[in-house]
Amino acid sequence: MSVLRPLDKQPGLNTATILLVGTEDALLQQLADSMLKEDCASELKVFSFFSHLARSLPLPSNVNRPRIDLIMFVVNLHSKYSLRNVEESLRHVDATFFLGKVGFLATGAGRESHCSVHRSTVVRLARTYRSPLLFCDPEVDGFRAPVAQRLVRMLQICAGHVPGVSALNLLSLLRSSENPTLEDL
Amino acid sequence: MDETLAEFIKRTIMKIPITEMMSILKAWDFLSEKQLQTVNFRQRKESLVQDLVLLCEERRASIHDAALLDIIYTQFHRHQKVWDVFQMSKEPGEDIDLFDMEQFKSSFVKILQRALKNVTVSFRDAEENAIWIRIAWGTQYRKPNQYKPVYVVYYSQTPYAFTSSCPLKSNMPLLGQALTVASNHHKIVKMDLRSRYLDSLKAIVFKQYNRTFETHNSTVPLQDRTLELDIHMDSRIIHENRIEKERVQRVTQETFGDYPQPRLEFAQYKLETKFRSDLNGDILAERKEPLRCLIKFSSPHLLEALKALAPAGIADAPLSPLLTCIPNKGMNYFKIRDK
Repeated sequence: MSVLRPLDKQPGLNTATILLVGTEDALLQQLADSMLKEDCASELKVFSFFSHLARSLPLPSNVNRPRIDLIMFVVNLHSKYSLRNVEESLRHVDATFFLGKVGFLATGAGRESHCSVHRSTVVRLARTYRSPLLFCDPEVDGFRAPVAQRLVRMLQICAGHVPGVSALNLLSLLRSSENPTLEDL
Repeated sequence: MDETLAEFIKRTIMKIPITEMMSILKAWDFLSEKQLQTVNFRQRKESLVQDLVLLCEERRASIHDAALLDIIYTQFHRHQKVWDVFQMSKEPGEDIDLFDMEQFKSSFVKILQRALKNVTVSFRDAEENAIWIRIAWGTQYRKPNQYKPVYVVYYSQTPYAFTSSCPLKSNMPLLGQALTVASNHHKIVKMDLRSRYLDSLKAIVFKQYNRTFETHNSTVPLQDRTLELDIHMDSRIIHENRIEKERVQRVTQETFGDYPQPRLEFAQYKLETKFRSDLNGDILAERKEPLRCLIKFSSPHLLEALKALAPAGIADAPLSPLLTCIPNKGMNYFKIRDK
């Protein structure tokens, strides 16, 4: 069983790689496109990144791929199938990845009547894996750009391109602001 | 022309949208060219309808002319009705008689009139050996109700007939009997197939939906098509599961084919099975009687939606055979029981 490990490869020069895992290919494609657009607009022109889109883990092992700096698991709240897929893929990720290099992205929260996965389920999932949870509705134009910006920023930090901030720093910063709301649930 | 007939003609013409008025009146071919020229088609609809009704009075329209207009309106707006499908069969070993249209029509009318004295039956021939029949039901003592007719489309060279859902359901057995006897069949059975789209029902029942048309897509093999998509994508986006995606595309194409799917709006599954659960000691699993459950899938275009499920990542490919067998079996109502 091939397991993804964070530090088993050498980093590339001035590059970073994000892995998006989710069942709905069109959605992942949209996110990757928005992120690439954000990258062009940012000041750090020397930084470029690759997006790998995968339906589920484990990844095919015969491919030569660069070191993965950030994994985002995308769950569509309208589909229990996508949640189950993410839960199964999580088993193929090494525990050390969860020190800030994994995040969850939940889509479809805006249309409450279509949600078959309750929001608290993904919140609990993110809490179990000690990882940040973002919400996004990619159909709404205004939402896509800010989420893409956050993802690019997280990727920069996880790849070590922002001096003085590491993935673990970011994780503890995000967690302390989330704790009050988690206790309400 | 008496008042009820005038009212019926008025209401029938009122239903017709202005954009279709000319084509429907021409198809009806009851009012002459000269009469139609005297009418101002640009006036308000109420006045236009009044003028047309007066012209019909001049020409002494009968109930049969009005019924014919009703058939033509329904032919133009067939998706406003929900159509059921009936299949007739002959006794094994019976001779195949040559179909005589006139004999069918007179026999059909006779059977209905013998049972209920008051019925209005009208016929209109259509393409592909089809005949449209309109029946307005009355009783021994009451005149036919022209506002609740039932329509039957019978393809004379086949054992299939399509009927619009009848609000007066008690007359359906009589209708079935009349159809069967008049067309020299022995038995009639209602299929578990229902939709608004008559042409799609026809395509399913006559197995005409799986003709691949000669477009350039069908001649290009699958691998070349996926390569075309890749060139347009940014080289910084890498798809890890390309092989899986291609497998899903291939399985979907094998199941559904390249052709446009016939149009259905829903599929309904009635389950009467024992509850199966992975958990031990589940209360529901211990029930002796089967659980009853109804599952209904609806969509503006159900089969295209099912075809898009696996490529969109919402379901695994291959899909359950209960879903993919719908056009092959010609059913969209299923009853599932434990064996």
